[in-house]
Amino acid sequence: MQKYSILSLIKNAFSNHQNWEVAWKDPEPKKEYDVVIVGGGGHGLATAYYLAKEHKITNIAILEKGWIGGGNVGRNTTILRSNYMWDANGLFYEYGMKLWENLSQELNYNVMYSPRGIINLAHSDAQLNVYARRGNSMRLNGIDALMLGREELKKKIPFADFSASARFPIFGGLMQPRGGTARHDAVAWGYARQADSMGVDIIQHCEVTGFDVQNGKIEGVQTSRGNIKTKKIGLCVAGSTSLLAEKLNMKLPIEAHVLQACVSEPVKPFLDHVVTFGAGHFYCSQSDKGEMVMGGDLDGYNSYAQRGNLPTIQHVLSEGVAMFPNLSRLKMLRTWGGIMDMSMDGSPVIDKSHIEGLYLNFGWCYGGFKATPVSGWTFAHTIAQDRPHKLNEKFTLNRFNTGHLIDEKGVGTKTWIG
Amino acid sequence: MLEIKCPYCGKRSQNEFSYGGDASVKRPELGKEISDKDWDDFIYNRKNPRGKHSEFWHHIAGCRQWFKVLRSTATHEIFKTAKIDEEL
Ligand SMILES: Cc1cc2nc3c(=O)[nH]c(=O)nc-3n(C[C@H](O)[C@H](O)[C@H](O)COP(=O)(O)OP(=O)(O)OC[C@H]3O[C@@H](n4cnc5c(N)ncnc54)[C@H](O)[C@@H]3O)c2cc1C
Ligand SMILES: [Zn+2]
Repeated sequence: MQKYSILSLIKNAFSNHQNWEVAWKDPEPKKEYDVVIVGGGGHGLATAYYLAKEHKITNIAILEKGWIGGGNVGRNTTILRSNYMWDANGLFYEYGMKLWENLSQELNYNVMYSPRGIINLAHSDAQLNVYARRGNSMRLNGIDALMLGREELKKKIPFADFSASARFPIFGGLMQPRGGTARHDAVAWGYARQADSMGVDIIQHCEVTGFDVQNGKIEGVQTSRGNIKTKKIGLCVAGSTSLLAEKLNMKLPIEAHVLQACVSEPVKPFLDHVVTFGAGHFYCSQSDKGEMVMGGDLDGYNSYAQRGNLPTIQHVLSEGVAMFPNLSRLKMLRTWGGIMDMSMDGSPVIDKSHIEGLYLNFGWCYGGFKATPVSGWTFAHTIAQDRPHKLNEKFTLNRFNTGHLIDEKGVGTKTWIG
Repeated sequence: MLEIKCPYCGKRSQNEFSYGGDASVKRPELGKEISDKDWDDFIYNRKNPRGKHSEFWHHIAGCRQWFKVLRSTATHEIFKTAKIDEEL
């Protein structure tokens, strides 16, 4: 594999950038693989990469019905953080943060990891107390957390509404300084390129349509490009998980919901951090191009449409304007939507299943981009060793049966609210 | 914007309604032995289909009645609405 560096960039400039090696190949599916990963999003690509790198399993196919990066991995607002209260989430995502810190070097691909800090604003004393509790839990788990007062926030985010007439006055906030953003496409492409170089077949435009299960064991998959034999399948299809589960007669604790995001026209730098509004559901950051990247609530009813409705965008942006009044002067460039696998407790499942050789990875809600490295890392372990790693041992499917929910928000089983 | 026909008030815009989830989910019958699986299916597990979905909606900024809607989760087309005790 060609190494990307300043030297290779200069060298290729002399040939007008016409002679770069392809970043990954376009192979025909083979008859049989040791492991088949369904879904070429961030999690599928990362899983294949860590299977090859950490577990030396390289006879792997990633089957993607569209093109890699066309799903949620290319549709999210790229926020990275590990500011969780419960141990299961905190320790898992914190391991992920450590992987992010070194990811550009590891993949030899600039994922533009930007630890610019994420700030959750509080608009009441009660909310400040809740944040203090969360911050303390984070610090007990070795995660960076900082309480900020109103005066400190005025310096960090001067354009927020600190006026006397603010509808939701800012009392303070919780900051995770190492939180931030990364470039989502680069994450998909970086993992794809490295996985390909270690022998993984990335097969695009290949839809999985069914499974070959015999005596409770996986024997293969049926696809739009023929049948493929395998003993191990890792499902990484995010918002499409229920559709494939149905083919296995499984009903899962998730619902599909559309989440929208939008970006504004580019403007000069005015926001250095990722900021979330505490009196509703809105967050924003400024991209390196200067666009404001904004998102918030789900549309609020089951959907596989991959596009949303205007009332939600309007609602979300009205919260944005309450937080940063000058946003009202910006023009919107584009809006889009992605299908979320909303789980019933807001936490994911990375687990084996009752079918031997079928491994599950779903329930990422709207926070699965930041999990890409650690999800791939732990899922690869779960598939290769046929048992979960300590980091994902609580993300079981049967927690919904035993009552060991990981309900970070404590909002109950209304996925469209959470 | 969805246009939803409240069985009591007629067609109104989506802004007047709030969502109540899958209407095919049934609470296990009271007074009977209930298996863990039945509880799980009631509380957590969903068919989550791509296509026709029967669901509860609440005309919260209108007559405040709950009712049922048959809607496509793939296209958002609404086929039918009905009162809570009617068949869809
Ligand atoms: C608007 C929006 C904002 C978000 N913001 C954030 C954020 O700020 N931070 C964060 O951490 N997370 C965020 N998320 C969530 C995050 O994007 C997802 O949780 C995560 O990307 C899901 O994992 P994935 O990348 O593997 O999914 P995907 O990229 O969706 O990958 C799944 C793949 O499976 C393929 N597939 C489906 N069915 C089949 C089949 N039958 N056969 C073959 N292939 C199939 C799909 O085509 C798709 O490419 C956001 C999501 C959206 C939509
Ligand atoms: Zn009505």
